[in-house]
Amino acid sequence: MERALTLYQTTIGKKAVVALTGVILVGFVVGHMLGNMNAYAGEEAFNGYAAALREVPALLWGARLLLLIAFPLHIYTAISLARLNRSARPQRYARKVDLVTSQPAKWMPYTGLILLAYLLFHLAHLTFGWAGPFNPENPFDTFVRGFQDPAISAAYIVGNLALGLHLFHGVWSMFQSLGASHPKYDRFRTDLAVFLSAIITVGNLSFPIAVMFGFIQ
Amino acid sequence: MSDKTFKMTLHVWRQNGPKDTGRFERYECPEVNPHMSFLEMLDDLNERLIEEGKEPISFDHDCREGICGACGMVINGVPHGPQRLTTTCQLHMRQFEKGPYEVWIEPFRAAAFPVIKDLAVDRGAFDRIISAGGYISVRTGSAPEANDQLIPKKIADRAMDAAECIGCGACVAACPNASASLFTSAKITHLGLLPQGQPERQDRVRKMVAQHDAEGFGGCTNHRECEAACPKGISVDFIAQMNRDLLKAMITAKDDVPSRD
Repeated sequence: MERALTLYQTTIGKKAVVALTGVILVGFVVGHMLGNMNAYAGEEAFNGYAAALREVPALLWGARLLLLIAFPLHIYTAISLARLNRSARPQRYARKVDLVTSQPAKWMPYTGLILLAYLLFHLAHLTFGWAGPFNPENPFDTFVRGFQDPAISAAYIVGNLALGLHLFHGVWSMFQSLGASHPKYDRFRTDLAVFLSAIITVGNLSFPIAVMFGFIQ
Repeated sequence: MSDKTFKMTLHVWRQNGPKDTGRFERYECPEVNPHMSFLEMLDDLNERLIEEGKEPISFDHDCREGICGACGMVINGVPHGPQRLTTTCQLHMRQFEKGPYEVWIEPFRAAAFPVIKDLAVDRGAFDRIISAGGYISVRTGSAPEANDQLIPKKIADRAMDAAECIGCGACVAACPNASASLFTSAKITHLGLLPQGQPERQDRVRKMVAQHDAEGFGGCTNHRECEAACPKGISVDFIAQMNRDLLKAMITAKDDVPSRD
C-alpha cells in the first residue's frame, strides 16, 4: 500500500490514475453506445436489452461499482493535477504562442466540466427519472419521448460534442501517460483517438437526431 | 538577405530581483544589422544603455554557439524565438528582416525558475534533478576499453538523441504547466538505454521524478509544446519512456537496501 501511495504522490502517478480510469470510462462509453444501437431494432429489442442488463445483478452492480470508483477518481485526480499545474506558473506570460497544442487539448478542463454537468443531468433523466418524461416500465418509451423534447435533445447533443472533444485528446494522451509508446505503433495512437472520438460522437448524436426526425418512434 | 539595417522596437521584461514585480520597458533600436545574433543585438542595446548611464539588461549566455544551454528567453511568445531547433544565441536578426519589427522579450516563466534579474532565471532546479540520480556509478581509474561492451547502433543512436538535451529549460518555458518532464525524461532515458545505466535505473527514475515534483514543476498533459520549442528536437517519446520506467519501478522495485554509509 505504501508503494501505491508514493506513486500517487508523483505527478506521473496521478496522471497514470487519470489515464487508467480513462480507459475504464472509454470502455464504458463504447459499450453504452453499442447497447443503445438496439433502439434502431425497435421497441422490443431495446427493452429486451435493458431487461438483459438487469438479469445478472452481480454483473450490473460490478460494472456500476467500477464506474462509481472510476468517475470520482478520474475527476478528483484531474482537478488536483490541474491545480498543481496552475501553481507551477504563478506569473503568466504577457504573450504566449502555442506552437502545436490542439484546441481539444486546451479545452480539456472545460469539456470535462461540461461532461460532468451532462452526466448528472443524464442520470437524473434516465436513471432516477427526476427530469423529463420517465416510464420505468418501458425504457424505449422514455428514450423516445425524452428526445422528442428539443431542450433535452439539445442537452444530449452538447454533452456528446464535449465527449468527442474530450476523447480526441484523452485517448491519445492515455497511451502516453501509461508509457505505451513504440515507434512502430505510435501513429496508430492518434488514428485510434480520431476513430474512437468520431465513432462515439456520431453514434451517440444519431439517437436524438433519429428520434427528432422520426426514424425511431 | 541584404546588409541593410532595419528599425525595431523591443519590449523587454525588466525585474530587479525575485521579489520585484517587474514590468516591460520599451526600447527603440534604429539600426539592427541582419547579421547580428539576437544576443548581439541585445549587447548593442546594452552598450547604449551603459553609455546613457542606465542599467543594462541582464540575460544568460555562455558559448554562443548553440551547445551549452545557458541562453534562453521567450521571444514573441516562443522560447528561443521564431526559428525552430535554434537557441537564442544562434537566432540571427535576419529572421526579423521582414518583420515583426515589434518584439516582446520575457524570461522563462516558472515557479521553479525564479527570476534573478530581468531575463536571467535561476535554473538550479535542473542541477538538483541531475544530482538526485542523473549519473552512473563507475569505478574510477584507467578508462575502460571502448569496445568491451557492445551496444547496438540503434540503441546508441537513441541514447544520443536523448543526450542531446542541453538543459536550457525551453521545455519548461513552453509547457502550459511549466513541467520539466521533457528535460527529466531525456536525462533518465539516455542513461536508462545503456548497459552502464542499468544498475541504478529503477532508483534513478524514482529519485529524479521525486526531485522534479519537489522543485515545483507541473505535470505533463501531453500537449507537446516542449518538443516543438526544444532547440535540440528532443522527442516526447522519452516522456512515455520515463512514465513506463517510473510505473514499472514503483510496482516492481525491491525496497531500498540500506546503504552502509
